[in-house]
Amino acid sequence: MKITTSWLKDHLDTKLKENQIIDKLTNIGLEVESVENQSNELDSFLIAKILKTEKHPDADRLRICDVDIGTKESVRVVCGAPNAKEGLLTIYAPPGAVIPKNQMKIVVSKIRGIISCGMLCSESELNLSDESDGITKLSNSKYNTKVGESYFPKNISKVIDISITPNRADCLGVRGIARDLAAAGSGNLKKLIKEKLIQKNKQKINIKITKEKNQGCTIFGSCLVTDVKNTESPKWLKEKIISLGQKPISAIVDITNYVMFDLNRPLHAYDANKIDKGIIIRNSKKGEIFKALDNKVYKLESDMCVISDNSGVLGLGGIIGGTRSGTELETKDVLIEAAYFNPRSIRKTSKILNIDTDAKFRFERGIDPLSIEQGLQRAAELIKKICGGEVSKFNIKKIENIKNRIVKFEILSFKKITGFNIDQKKMIKILSNLGFEIKKDKKILILKVPSWRPDIEQEIDIIEELVRIHGYDQIKIIEPEKSRKKPTLNKKQRLFHFLQRSIATKGFLETITWSFTDSKINQLFLEDNKEINIVNPISSDLNVLRNSIFSNLIIYLSKNLDRGFKDISFFEIGPIFLGSQPGQQETVVCGLRAGKISRSNWLEKDRLVDVFDVKQDVIQSLVEAGFNQAKIHIDDKTPSYYHPGKSGRVFLDKDKEKVVAFFGEIHPNILKKIDIKTESLAGFEIFLDNIKQTKKSLNDQKNQYKYSDYQKSERDFAFVLNKDFQVQKLIKIISNIDQDLIKAVKVFDVYEGDNIPKGKKSVALNITIQSSEKTLKDEDLDRINQLIISTVEEKTGAKIRS
Amino acid sequence: MSDIKKIKDEFLLKLKKNLDLNQINQIKTDLFGKTGLISSQFKQLGKLEEEERKKFASDLNSVKNELQNSITTKINYIETSEINQKLEKEKIDITLPERPFNKGKIHPVSQVIDEISSIFSEIGFSVEEGPDVENEYNNFTALNTPDNHPARDMHDTFYLDDKKELLLRTHTSPVQIRTMLKDKPPFKIIAPGRTYRSDSDQTHAPMFHQVEGLHIDKDINMGHLKGCLNYFIKEFFEVDKIKMRFRPSHFPFTEPSAEVDIGYEIKDGKIVIGQGDKWLEILGCGMVHPNVLKNLKIDTKKYQGYAFGIGIDRLAMLKYGINDLRAFFDCDYRWLNHFGFDPLDVPSNYRGLSR
Repeated sequence: MKITTSWLKDHLDTKLKENQIIDKLTNIGLEVESVENQSNELDSFLIAKILKTEKHPDADRLRICDVDIGTKESVRVVCGAPNAKEGLLTIYAPPGAVIPKNQMKIVVSKIRGIISCGMLCSESELNLSDESDGITKLSNSKYNTKVGESYFPKNISKVIDISITPNRADCLGVRGIARDLAAAGSGNLKKLIKEKLIQKNKQKINIKITKEKNQGCTIFGSCLVTDVKNTESPKWLKEKIISLGQKPISAIVDITNYVMFDLNRPLHAYDANKIDKGIIIRNSKKGEIFKALDNKVYKLESDMCVISDNSGVLGLGGIIGGTRSGTELETKDVLIEAAYFNPRSIRKTSKILNIDTDAKFRFERGIDPLSIEQGLQRAAELIKKICGGEVSKFNIKKIENIKNRIVKFEILSFKKITGFNIDQKKMIKILSNLGFEIKKDKKILILKVPSWRPDIEQEIDIIEELVRIHGYDQIKIIEPEKSRKKPTLNKKQRLFHFLQRSIATKGFLETITWSFTDSKINQLFLEDNKEINIVNPISSDLNVLRNSIFSNLIIYLSKNLDRGFKDISFFEIGPIFLGSQPGQQETVVCGLRAGKISRSNWLEKDRLVDVFDVKQDVIQSLVEAGFNQAKIHIDDKTPSYYHPGKSGRVFLDKDKEKVVAFFGEIHPNILKKIDIKTESLAGFEIFLDNIKQTKKSLNDQKNQYKYSDYQKSERDFAFVLNKDFQVQKLIKIISNIDQDLIKAVKVFDVYEGDNIPKGKKSVALNITIQSSEKTLKDEDLDRINQLIISTVEEKTGAKIRS
Repeated sequence: MSDIKKIKDEFLLKLKKNLDLNQINQIKTDLFGKTGLISSQFKQLGKLEEEERKKFASDLNSVKNELQNSITTKINYIETSEINQKLEKEKIDITLPERPFNKGKIHPVSQVIDEISSIFSEIGFSVEEGPDVENEYNNFTALNTPDNHPARDMHDTFYLDDKKELLLRTHTSPVQIRTMLKDKPPFKIIAPGRTYRSDSDQTHAPMFHQVEGLHIDKDINMGHLKGCLNYFIKEFFEVDKIKMRFRPSHFPFTEPSAEVDIGYEIKDGKIVIGQGDKWLEILGCGMVHPNVLKNLKIDTKKYQGYAFGIGIDRLAMLKYGINDLRAFFDCDYRWLNHFGFDPLDVPSNYRGLSR
């Protein structure tokens, strides 16, 4: 909502300066978004001085003038005025300026071969007087020092743009804003002066509101003004319209707009002679067509509130009028409409048809239903004054009686909500200034809510009015109490934060990417899941909710590769979506590693990132988070976007209840499809929701602290096994031989090739044996060694390598 | 006697020369070997008279000790200098780079969420979460924003179905609803998380982060709200004093509602929070609307309280001097490295929020 202080002062008697008003507006909840100087089209006319003149070589009556306009270099203007002489002070119109008298726009032009840059103006051209003989002559004493300045005084009233919250329909008019300011002690609200209108005749055009279900119009007021002469608006009205950033059209249209902005009372003007018999306000039928004032043709659905005549739809009530009955300069008889339309109906219709107008904006927020007569009165006064004509009596049809709402306000509840008190007298003063009618009943105020405040429904609304007008700065700070009754984070949230930082400590940069992604890329990671489409995506490449974080990470990996990075490790922790219902989502930590380890380093030989890098990331993080490494179980069933031979699935124990992670190299086909050029790419996904956490604290999960000081012994073994026999199983078999004695099993070599039969592999192990009860003798060790060999050979079909 | 003195002087002199270990061993043999000069002197002890023997033995022992000491010293000296020579040869250029390491980073939004949680933890808030996909009821209707309410226009919503019943939450406020449906009052929670609006330009991203706050108890009023936010803003920006302004506003789910501005100024091209005469809007808040509590069957005669919503990305931008919101989600390796935080920098009240 835009206002100017000068307009505001039509309604508010105030001594406050503009900046004080601006501060006050913000303090009472009418937030000032911007304050701008009005751009005035007369600003560009400058005070100028002719420095030199010479005769035009090809025209006797023209002179070439060098004109000082306050800039470094003078301008050259060709001028026909006889009084254009050296030393004359006059008014200069630069290229781009519009001459007020004839609306001619000045351009740089050649006049008989000489370029003329701008024009020197006569008083008549500027509408200053009728004097058209020669150019304006300004007095030397007054203007000599002002060369280069704007001739016309600047319009000092600034345009204040206020952001009106959706509940404050009443402040979509200047008067409503003035009322709020007055209530806040910034002046007095002026009384509206009703001029006497001579209204001899009845309004002749028949008006009918049909009684039907969901009728969107409950009151329809009208007034006929006959024999008008529609014209251009007078200056004051034009200026008001322009100050709001609107374009003056004709007196009648400008008047309806003016009344809307001034009193928040939308009106509509019809050319009465274009109405076919009477006006019928009814629900539309599906398929009805009408051409609106925005020059678009709308096809209506059923049950939209339309203003119609015998020939069909004239307009959408409270939203937009139609071209068929629009007023023109030739219009003789005008029918003014002031009606009340149901906000829900307005909103529904405008949403379906996607129309936004000033009237719609106001009606959907709720217009004062009792302002109909006031609006007709004001419009009729102005039309009569500007366009003449005969004003009819007002015709007000209604199908519903309007009653003011009553709200009971318990005085004590103010302090209960706000924490402080204000004087009862002050409360009553604020409320009555806002337009409430007040009756006191002991500790309760019985309030009749003004008809322009549809937002006031209950006690809390009254409290808000009081604290808002009295000032939020009066609310006292109560320091918060530093006590905690519940843990801040639950176990799952703690795991989230732990894993997030645990992954980052392994050299990963954390990213945050959109929860949506490109369906084309998402498809690659979809597996058996359902794709979840966004009905109204922001762009076609962000059109589905992500089923995996990989899609986005890979898109951004590609962008970073393009930036010239080769070795990239980054991750995201966040949601993936499995369905479109709330809660059908999981939290995943997803990481990618690309490129090489130790690239271009003098110490270490570089190598490609591989599956065991990401396996380490996953296992180490799980172990750091407190899970038992010895229990972790891996198998090789993974989604299709992983390399089928170089990827794994992680369980927290061998029961394989829930997959807690996948890790592996990314399938080469994916890289090919997305066209990513990287030497290597491996990734992992850890599924937080699948990680079962015990209620026990980490401390309680630990065994009693025990250690052995007896000598330990390390033995190396090499077994030749079938190539597809999993080492995980081999280790498990060995560990289970004697869990008291076998303390550790390490794999230090895996070998295939020469000396090993085809289809076999050699696995070399280092086994630590230690007793917690005694020093083992040679025969004890020999016995356990033999047991290891025989058990492994028996259970795996392996052969010890000698 | 003169013999042993002679031997002593002669060998002490020899030992002063530059010798290697072999030569010293030779000297050792010459003196203390089976037929060595000192050894043979000892053999002669038996031939002497008791009186003379005593004296000679004593002299001889002292000469022997002196020579042996001298030899040990010499050996030590040679060994040390040999080691030193060897180490000298091993010297490398210690300014060569160490083994490579990758430094991981935490995203500024995550860091700021941890900072926020740490601050609210101190005053008894616990963290709640809710799903990103919401139904229309939790996101709007239950929050006193019924269908056809103009306030819905302020939220450009992403929908997942044509009936507009399923959507991406436009704010974290539905977590209030979920929390109040799930438990019984009192409530004292914050809910950080992702939020979505179909809006995208320089200052708007289709996804951003909010933290919701909710405190419902007996007699919680606007003074508590002001105190809580005043405390939070001071702690978050790590300043002693903060200029804060409560400005009336409107949200359907709170009443009275306020927007909160903080004072700032630009010093040397950098934003300084807490002073100055410019105002910056950082959050919206208010007393939870009785209609919301009634929707959740909470006795409004007994319980009341406040709620607030803060833009996390905005806070991160202000605190850490980040200009471009879109960059948060661009995953530019350079940006992540520059603005990210070391994972060991966990914000906490005793170590401080930030370094």
